[in-house]
Amino acid sequence: MTIQFNDESFRDDYTFRNSEWAIKRFPFPFHEDSYMYSVNMEQHRGGPEGSVYEKRFDVDEHYVSEMKDRAIVLDQDPLRCQSLPHMTLAGWDLLELIMVSKSEDYPDLFELHRNGNQWRWINKPLGIDHSFTFMDETTLPYGPMEYITRQAQGDYAVLDQRDDMLWMDAGMVTTQADWSLDFDIGMNFFEWHAPVPLAHEMGVFQRALKFLLNIQQGAPARRLNWTMTVNPLLDTSPENYSKWGIQKTTLTPENIGRKQHLRVELQTFFRLPRSNALVFPIRCYLCAFEDLMTVPKWGRRLHRVVRDLPVELATYKGFINNRPLMLEYLSQFDDGLPTSPGVWPDLETEPPLTK
Amino acid sequence: MSGAEKIQVKVTEITPLNELVTRFRFERVDGGQLPTFSGGAHTVVEMQDGGITRLNPYSLMSDPFEQSSYTISVRRDDQGRGGSLFMHRQVKLGDEMTISYPVNLFSLDLRARKHLFLAGGIGITPFLAQIKQLDVLHGQWELHYACRNQALASYADELAERHPHETHIYYDDQKQAIDLKGLLNGQPLGTHVYVCGPKGMIDWVCNTAQAQGWPADCIHYEEFLAPQPGKPFEVHLKASGKTVYVGEHESLLEAIEREGVDAPYLCRGGACGQCETVVLDHEGNFVHRDHWLTDEEKAAGKKIMPCVSRFEGKSLVLDR
Repeated sequence: MTIQFNDESFRDDYTFRNSEWAIKRFPFPFHEDSYMYSVNMEQHRGGPEGSVYEKRFDVDEHYVSEMKDRAIVLDQDPLRCQSLPHMTLAGWDLLELIMVSKSEDYPDLFELHRNGNQWRWINKPLGIDHSFTFMDETTLPYGPMEYITRQAQGDYAVLDQRDDMLWMDAGMVTTQADWSLDFDIGMNFFEWHAPVPLAHEMGVFQRALKFLLNIQQGAPARRLNWTMTVNPLLDTSPENYSKWGIQKTTLTPENIGRKQHLRVELQTFFRLPRSNALVFPIRCYLCAFEDLMTVPKWGRRLHRVVRDLPVELATYKGFINNRPLMLEYLSQFDDGLPTSPGVWPDLETEPPLTK
Repeated sequence: MSGAEKIQVKVTEITPLNELVTRFRFERVDGGQLPTFSGGAHTVVEMQDGGITRLNPYSLMSDPFEQSSYTISVRRDDQGRGGSLFMHRQVKLGDEMTISYPVNLFSLDLRARKHLFLAGGIGITPFLAQIKQLDVLHGQWELHYACRNQALASYADELAERHPHETHIYYDDQKQAIDLKGLLNGQPLGTHVYVCGPKGMIDWVCNTAQAQGWPADCIHYEEFLAPQPGKPFEVHLKASGKTVYVGEHESLLEAIEREGVDAPYLCRGGACGQCETVVLDHEGNFVHRDHWLTDEEKAAGKKIMPCVSRFEGKSLVLDR
């Protein structure tokens, strides 16, 4: 399909909107009526047609506007993109992975023509037609990782693998759920996950690390993570907390349906061939509560999940203070009927709200 | 399905290098491109040897950025269980085979200011790919390569010719030996040392470097163990409810696979940790041969690496 790209903002006047198409394909993260941590990994080899899982790197109606927002963030804070000197090869790996994937998966939007190391990259939505020499940084306006991730939705953590450990040695991070690349750069897997509550005691990170170290070429994996964001902000960084943190206090019973967003991250993991590094794309999807409530199953389930979430998790995810207000709103959409298993909207089979 | 992704290839070149070592070139059956890889990676080659499926890891020695073909070099092991003999005697030009995607358990530390390579015999192969990779990256390196004699020194001549300043060859029969202490002493800060060769050489290099105060994360080694034959034994696989007889010449992992029980693996040489299996009950002694479990774990008897380790005793129950 040819995508109609929105002209929208993720700051100031917040004109971000999801079309009906985008709501239906929203990666709702709860497969049952409760939530607890798990490693919840699966293979990333496509998914149902039209879903966000179908392509290696999903491109949707927000693409062009998200890339404009990234450029604004980088202009104000260049340290959102960093790459330690030994990670340049991994940057070329990532550039190749994204260019090859997008040109194969979206031939109407992206083209890649290769003649040995002479490459021509055409990005129609962003109006780019660029010839360069692969593995020669002087032929690109930025380093290879920065060049390609200015053209790809989602954050990118590029992890070096050494001594049975992963190291946060490069990344492009402008759409993050309150973590900082500048703070984490050079840290190992356990160090950068230190702030997460409960999961360490559960042994989640040992299992996750073991899984990630063994992700092999040709066999990418994926999982979902989620949090809550007031207003459709992509950049909820610690660096800018002073700007967005205060917005959490602006919720009222009247505006919560429009302002409160469920924020879902589609996290994928690819082994990079030339560098043996691991790239961890973290793609952020936002959906307003009122849009989620158009799917009766999701309305019932979201109420139950938010209601029963342990206090530690609601605190860590930053919505403990707003939880009573959320529950007041969400309870209107929970009539107590059972929900079907799995994450899909099941609009044809699930009963409408009886309340 | 376990192990890395598979690729169908055909054998397009067989080149005997000397009395013991033969090189094989693989190209994709469908004519497509092979994945690039990182120097030090191996591929697991599947061999259909009569009724037995053999899966042996071999280091990729070709240019990691070259996608038209892969090459490996196989040293004939007359005492082994037959994988290398199969490659040498059964594999013919044009044969179709299945190999795995590249897996790297011996990658370069790209932070290193200098890479110091120590190879013994057939242990030269991963370094051949790493040297090609460093050529492209303009990395600094030095190779010290010990061989039995000139006739068995695979790739020594071409290395010495292409890289006369970096390559140093030592022939055992001429009583030439690496002056390891002196070599390690003279390295600039930021040097990483890599060793691949016989077990004795790996221990020698690791211990010497450690004794000289080299940080552990600057010392890298790769040794694939081949499973050794041993006394037959029986194992009960509780999760799948099967009792399996492990023959003298097969590994525990191979016996499990033969019975149709899917077990994870990558290297099949005791190094990667993928096949780690929980021991539910046992009466007898383990023959642990892997590099993965710690000495404490081996002593505790709660885990086994079925790719290379065996068991001698009355009964063994695994969670598989």
